[in-house]
Amino acid sequence: MREPPLPDSYRLSPAYSKSVEDGAPVLATRAGDAQLTERLLRPLWRGGPFWKLSLLVTGGGALFFFATLLYTALTGIGTWGNNIPVAWAFAITNFVWWIGIGHAGTFISAVLLLLEQNWRNSINRLAEAMTLFAIVNAAVFPLIHLGRPWFAYWIFPYPSTMDLWPNFKGALPWDGAAISTYFTVSLLFWYVGLLPDLAAARDHAPTLAKRRLYGIFALGWRGSGRTWKNWQMAYLLLGGLATPLVLSVHSVVSLDFAITQLPGWHSTIFPPYFVAGAIYSGFAMVLTLMLPLRALYGIEDIITTRHLDAMAKLILVTGTVVYYTYAVELFIAWYTGNIFESQLFLWLRLTGPYAWTVWLTFGLNFVVPNLMWFRAFRQRPILLWISSILVNVAMWFERFFLIVTSQAHDFLPSSWDMYRPTYVDGAIFLGTFFLFGFLFLLFLRFVPFIPISETKELKHTLEVEEARLEGR
Amino acid sequence: MRSGLLAEFADSEVLVRAIRILRREGIVAMDAHMPYPVRDVLEALELPPSRVPLYSLAGGLVGASYAYLLQWWANGFDYALNVGGRPLGSVPAFIPPTFEGTVLLAAFGAVISFLGFSKLPRLWTPVAEVPQFVRATSDRFFLAVDSTDPRFDFLRAEDILLANGALSVSAFGLLPEEEAER
Repeated sequence: MREPPLPDSYRLSPAYSKSVEDGAPVLATRAGDAQLTERLLRPLWRGGPFWKLSLLVTGGGALFFFATLLYTALTGIGTWGNNIPVAWAFAITNFVWWIGIGHAGTFISAVLLLLEQNWRNSINRLAEAMTLFAIVNAAVFPLIHLGRPWFAYWIFPYPSTMDLWPNFKGALPWDGAAISTYFTVSLLFWYVGLLPDLAAARDHAPTLAKRRLYGIFALGWRGSGRTWKNWQMAYLLLGGLATPLVLSVHSVVSLDFAITQLPGWHSTIFPPYFVAGAIYSGFAMVLTLMLPLRALYGIEDIITTRHLDAMAKLILVTGTVVYYTYAVELFIAWYTGNIFESQLFLWLRLTGPYAWTVWLTFGLNFVVPNLMWFRAFRQRPILLWISSILVNVAMWFERFFLIVTSQAHDFLPSSWDMYRPTYVDGAIFLGTFFLFGFLFLLFLRFVPFIPISETKELKHTLEVEEARLEGR
Repeated sequence: MRSGLLAEFADSEVLVRAIRILRREGIVAMDAHMPYPVRDVLEALELPPSRVPLYSLAGGLVGASYAYLLQWWANGFDYALNVGGRPLGSVPAFIPPTFEGTVLLAAFGAVISFLGFSKLPRLWTPVAEVPQFVRATSDRFFLAVDSTDPRFDFLRAEDILLANGALSVSAFGLLPEEEAER
């Protein structure tokens, strides 16, 4: 699969190289448009390395995941370690973790679009697909933790024969609205961005069946000027609409906690704290997926060290916000002198039976982002990859202690209890990775995972700029 | 049926020049086909401003009012449930779903109007019958000059296009007998 080295004629011109002295170029190939199109479409016709074997493994794992869900639904929530008071344990931890991961995809595709950061063009498709699949995984948990998932639609306002409406003054209908909107808008954004590339796939398909398949999904796109003009406007508007979603979805999720009375949850810092944590963990997940892909498909000239560097810097920024909120939470717990707050934050979390999860989180979330000050960590894929995994380990444990400790030890010592997960809890969490991997592999095989038209547009922009710098 | 001439160009700069020359000759009914959007081409075509934002705004307004009024009526009147003496119609509590409704319908407004203005989905278009046209999604730039233009003439337009950098010029949208006549 690896590409042959580029001939010298594709090397960057001296003037252009000089203009990008601040870092690696955002696109290091000067191959022609036709060559680029052919190359980026190749995984659709030929597949990728280890694709079939990986699909078999993850597909099997996804079936195992469905089996665990079925077992839970048929037997009941008693198969989990949940108890009273700890009613929200693994399920909600996994929910918050997965939905948080989704945020980086929207951040890359929408916020960076509005900020005209052209390095987003090579990775937005990948990141958006990650968002969609992360939301699918996240949405499983609120459903199954109901115990009777077949009544889940009660959260939505529909004219019911029971003459009832949901109580919109609670956080759960907000959650239903936020997550379904987030998924729908992300899907629209992803699909609208995909249209030109589906048309390219249709026009280059080797067989009639494939041409028809991509032809149907391309909706008859012919790249006319009128279409492009409306497309650019619609894409920009979707970017503008998805941008507040980056901030609102995890804010709404955090309100599930913040509008309750429990110590450790009832806090105004929660919305920004959750959003920063979400983008932080999402960037880590994008790196976890992107770094192996980049090596396996030999696309180091399209996803360059510039991308790695920029992503690592964003991990540093959002990670710093996250550990700043840890410090503020602890300080406020002490400063208010509230006995319930201080016994939770200063005694239970720091020294209690769950203290190891707290210290693991504090440790990793302090050390890993701060490694990103060093270029060696930002630009060396293997170190960055290990860091990205550690970030998500830490973020999972952060959600775990946040959710479990507050419920385990609330106001009355008589209602305190410990929580221990069962093997079913673990199996369901493990299963989500298989489902995610399965969906992601299908995406890699059937959709151009590097945006083709946007990469060519970026190359055109860079070439125009290059010519201007050389005074041609 | 839409018919006219389809000219093929190697890059967008030549295409921009050809568009300007045709417009100077008084021929304005045309559209470019490009693998990626090039600002100079879109400017040279002098297309009317996109009306997608209006429909998106309309969608957003409908979404906001629908979501808010539904909550206000459902929780305040149709199923007025007193939870701990809290007000029945609570503005702050209704804001999150109102926001989500706004974003959802504004997004649908943008996508549906984009598809409508672009006449998508579309099963077939005469320009796609020209064999070279498959490269419109790869590396070539095309200009489709419409025969509906009152100042359009097959021979004259073909001469102008060939004299201004077109790699090839083909007729599209003609019936077989019209093709033979030409």
